[in-house]
Formats: sequence, C-alpha cells, structure tokens
Amino acid sequence: MASAIPPGDPAVPQGPRPRRAFSARNITLYGALVLIAAYYALPLYVMIVTSLKTMPEIRLGNIFSPPVQITFQPWIKAWAEACTGLNCDGLSRGFWNSVRITVPSVAISIAIASINGYALSLWRFRGSEMFFGILVFGAFIPYQVLIYPIVILLRDIGLYGTLWGLIIVHSIFGMPILTLLFRNYFGSIPEELFKAARVDGAGFWGIFFRVMLPMSLPIVVVAMILQVTGIWNDFLFGVIYTKPDLYPMTVQLNNIVNSVQGVKEYNVNMAATLLTGLVPLIVYFVSGKLFVRGIAAGAVKG
Amino acid sequence: MTSVLVKDLTLKFGALTVLNTLNLDIAEGEFLVLLGASGCGKSTLLNCIAGLLDVSAGEIHIAGRNVTWAEPSERGIGMVFQSYALYPQMTVEGNLSFGLRNARMPKDEIAKRVARAAEVLQIGPLLKRKPGALSGGQRQRVAIGRALVRDVDVFLFDEPLSNLDAKLRADLRVEIKRLHHRLKNTMIYVTHDQIEAMTLADRIAIMKGGVIQQLDSPTEIYNRPQNKYVAGFIGSPEINFFDGALAGDGFATGGTLLPLTNYAFQGAPGAGPAWYGIRPEHILSGEVARGLPFATEVEIEIVEPMGSDTLAWATLAGIPVRFRMDGQARVQSGDRLLIGFDPARASLFDKTTEKRL
Repeated sequence: MASAIPPGDPAVPQGPRPRRAFSARNITLYGALVLIAAYYALPLYVMIVTSLKTMPEIRLGNIFSPPVQITFQPWIKAWAEACTGLNCDGLSRGFWNSVRITVPSVAISIAIASINGYALSLWRFRGSEMFFGILVFGAFIPYQVLIYPIVILLRDIGLYGTLWGLIIVHSIFGMPILTLLFRNYFGSIPEELFKAARVDGAGFWGIFFRVMLPMSLPIVVVAMILQVTGIWNDFLFGVIYTKPDLYPMTVQLNNIVNSVQGVKEYNVNMAATLLTGLVPLIVYFVSGKLFVRGIAAGAVKG
Repeated sequence: MTSVLVKDLTLKFGALTVLNTLNLDIAEGEFLVLLGASGCGKSTLLNCIAGLLDVSAGEIHIAGRNVTWAEPSERGIGMVFQSYALYPQMTVEGNLSFGLRNARMPKDEIAKRVARAAEVLQIGPLLKRKPGALSGGQRQRVAIGRALVRDVDVFLFDEPLSNLDAKLRADLRVEIKRLHHRLKNTMIYVTHDQIEAMTLADRIAIMKGGVIQQLDSPTEIYNRPQNKYVAGFIGSPEINFFDGALAGDGFATGGTLLPLTNYAFQGAPGAGPAWYGIRPEHILSGEVARGLPFATEVEIEIVEPMGSDTLAWATLAGIPVRFRMDGQARVQSGDRLLIGFDPARASLFDKTTEKRL
C-alpha cells in the first residue's frame, strides 16, 4: 500500500522532481552558451588589452596575452592628442560634434514621428493609409541614390556643410521606421481609451500630450536607442554633408585609424575605436530592459 | 418627454450597411437596453449616439437638441466602456476630473463634483491611486464615476460588465440599477447578456442585422415575442420549437395535435405551416399537468440538475424537448412522467415570415 512507504523516501515520486546539475543536457546547453559568448567577446577582449599595452609590447605579437605593464597613454592620446589633418586635438572634437548632431536629430525625429504615428493610427483621414504606405516605402529606397540630390538640395537652401543640414537629413531618414514604430504602438492601445478621451472633451493635442504620450515611455526609449545608435554610428552622411571642422566622431576615427603616414599605433587605434563605440553601448546598457519591453509592447496587440 | 431621439439613422462602412433607417425614441429617465448577439449593430448604434462615429444619414437629438454634427463632449453624454478605458498614467482623481479640466471648470467646482461622485460610488479611499492598483470592479466604478462627474443628461454603457467575473457582475448589476433609481438619468445600455437586459431595462430593444426586432418591456418581450428570433434569443434554457402546421383548432406536428385552447392570436387565426414555441419553464410535470389543455406521458431521457431547478429532456412529437422541474425533484432517466402545458403560454410564428401569429 502506498501509505506504508514513509514520506521522504527517494524512491517515491512526490513533490518537485529532482534535477541533476551536471546532466548531459545542462553540460551541452551551458557549454554551447559559454563557447558562443567567448566567440563574440574575444575581439572586444583583444581590443581592450591592446589598447592598454605599449607599442614595444604589441610588437612582440602575442595579441591574446594581457598587458605586462598597463598604460593609459593610448587612451589619452586618442582622446586629446591624435592628429587628423591639421587638427591635433584627438577625438574630443569629433565627440562634441557628434553630440551636437545626435541630440537634436534624435529629439526632432522622435517628436515628429510620434505625432505622425499618433495621427495615422487614431485620426484616420481620407488617404491616410496611402500616406503611410508612401512613407514606409521610403524605408526601402537605398539611401545612396539620394546622396547627390540631397547635396544639391542642401546647397540650394544654404545648409550644405553645416551641422543643421546633417541634422535635417538624419531626422528625415529616421522618419519611416520611427513612424511605423509609433503607429503600431498607438494602434495597440485600446481604442476605447481614445474614445473615452474624446467623450471627455480632449482634442487632437490634448489626447496626444495628456493621454497617449505619458503611456509611450517604452516606445520612446526604443526609438531613442535606434536613433542614437544609428546617428552616432553614421559615417556616410557625416563625411558627405559636413566639413572637416564639423566631422562627427566616426569620421574622425576613420581618419585616425586609416592614416597612411607614420607608424601604425595599434594601441591608440584600439582606444579610439572603443571610445567611439562607448556611447551606443552605454545607451543600450542603461535602457536595454526598456528596449526589450518596448519592442514586445509594440508587437503584441493587447 | 423625449430624451434621446434617433431618426432614420443609417450608417454605412463603404458598401456595408450596418444600420438601416433606424428609429428610436427614448423617454427621459428611461433605462433602455440594446440587446443582441455580437455584430448586430448595437455597439455601433451607441457609438453613433455618442458621436464617436459619423452617421451616413439621419438625425440624432439629445434633450431636444439636434446633435447629429456635435462633438462627443458637446452632446451631454457620459460613456462607460467594456475595457474601463481609464487613463493609466492618471490617478483616480485625475481620471474623474479629466473631462472637467478639459471644459476649464473652476477648481473648487471640480473638487466638489469629484467628491460627490466618490461618495455615490464609494471610491473615496481610492482617489489617489492609479488604475493599475485597482481591481476590476473598482476600475469599472471609476469609469462610471467619470461619466457621473460630468453631470450629463444621458449615460451610455457599452457592455460595462462583460470583463468582470460572474459574481462581481451580479453585484455591479444591482449597483447600476440602484444608481439609476438615485440619479434618474436616461441610460442606454448595450449588452449581449439577457439576464442584464431583463433585470435592468425599462424597455429592451432586441437587435439583429442592424434592425430592431422588438422594442418592449422585458415582460412583453419574454411573454409575447414578436418573431421567432426574439423568442429564441430571450429565455434560458432556450424555448422549444415544434415544426408543423395550423390545422383547424389545433397544431399538427410529428403526428401529434397540440391544442390552441386559450391562445391569443394577434390577428385572424390563419392556416398553413408555422412554428409552435413553448418555454421549458412553462411545461409542467407531475400531477399539476393533469388538468392542463395538453397533457401526455413521456419517458425522461436526460436529467441536468442545477440545484435551484432541474432540466429534463424527453421526446415529444418526434423532437427532443427540454422542460424545467423543481430542483428537489427526484427523477432519473428512464422514468415515465406526465407533462403538460397551457397553450396560452405558447408562441406561434408563421413559417415563412417568422412573425408572431
């Protein structure tokens, strides 16, 4: 009889199923995960250790070995002393240029795209679907074909070679994907909420600022991450639509790393590259959780 | 006095006609329920009255004013939605006062109205909370409060209880009825739940395919359904239908002649194919059936005990018939039992038009 077996007898299946830590399944699973993680982390590791070595040590050729003598000189040089063209003030100039490009571009594109998305999802008008279709179609045009027309356009309105010219270009190119993002997000908000606000007498802007926008933090963060990384990492528009004084950090990085004169300072190059990649990385680490939540919120119709 | 008047209302979505020249006249202080299966146009009609949908033709008058072109907020209506539709980032107080702040009402007047609504609905302790921290029943109360503070002529309810569990639904149902007694506003209430309709309504409008099938008091609708659809829709368990034909002073179906004694015909009793409907609760069983105009002995096939009463199935005139018995009745399948009914309680419908005879 079952009741004759004392409770706690390991032979009797009861309570939670026992799980072995070192089962074949676990070893395969975690082994694979560790391997893949190492594969992706290795280049980053090489960059970091190289940036902390002196040039004689690098010339020994052991790229995987940790630095014998840690030096921060390459970082200082990359930030403040490396020469690009005539300027010898390092990446710091490009950094501040990039900040002055990225902040207004992100703010303007998100502001306009959120209003677009809101209007297109909740205030349908005759032809709004067509309007949206055309806008999204813009996302599929290879932007290389637009480079030259935009040069002419910017020249004609007198913004060629200025920061504002580049900011406008970035804002426009972010529009299709951001509008799509916001439209889908607002489309997933229950329509009754919108109706309730109308019964309560709120108008187009009242509903946007007081009901919809306070609910959109997750999607605003998603848009912000997409735009910050996209605009910060942009090279092509930066090199084409600005001039040497105003080059963003990526262009300056290229000019440091790809300089054909003198000795290749690998440690400085590594430090400069890490410095340039730091901003998107920080943005992602700070708001990564919200990013995932926002993506999911837009995807699942609630 | 008329509170809400819907005149020749038509609504089309492209080629699809959802409402077709619909007329409705709702008296002041009346509780009208729009009842129907999903897709019958009841919510659409409510949205038209609220001004959330533009009508294709016709007029809507509220409190004597033509509001066909007016914004929802200018119509003197408050609306309660199925999903509550509370503003998630505002406190309960913010939710209640949102409409008043939009109307630029003085602060002390807003505070007064919010306090009154909170008192009526007993949500005073919740005022500082956000909707996320409320239960379903509390949220729906706040949603009602949002309509209440605006001091409107007409309350519109769009399936307000459908998202709640059964027990809470019954509680809030009574509370809405109590609220109506206290406020005496006109209320229009959309639901697909016939219990809600029967218990709350002064009048019920049963809709199907964008057309009002019958507009009457709950008792009239239950006792004298005007067509076969209404008869089948109202009543649970469902009414029994016999397919047959009128033959002289009886109804011939499946080899049996059901009497028509006491049946009140709408017009002249005609002849021809028809439906004969009798509700399960109007079929009596046991000794009481003996004196009725129609009585016969049947064999019970299935018994469904529900506590308060018991539903039994038997074959009568060739079709399975359900009838309601006392909850304490001790019967089992295989028992033979005398059942009978009074044709005065029956409903006859023409076979082709499905209209009441």
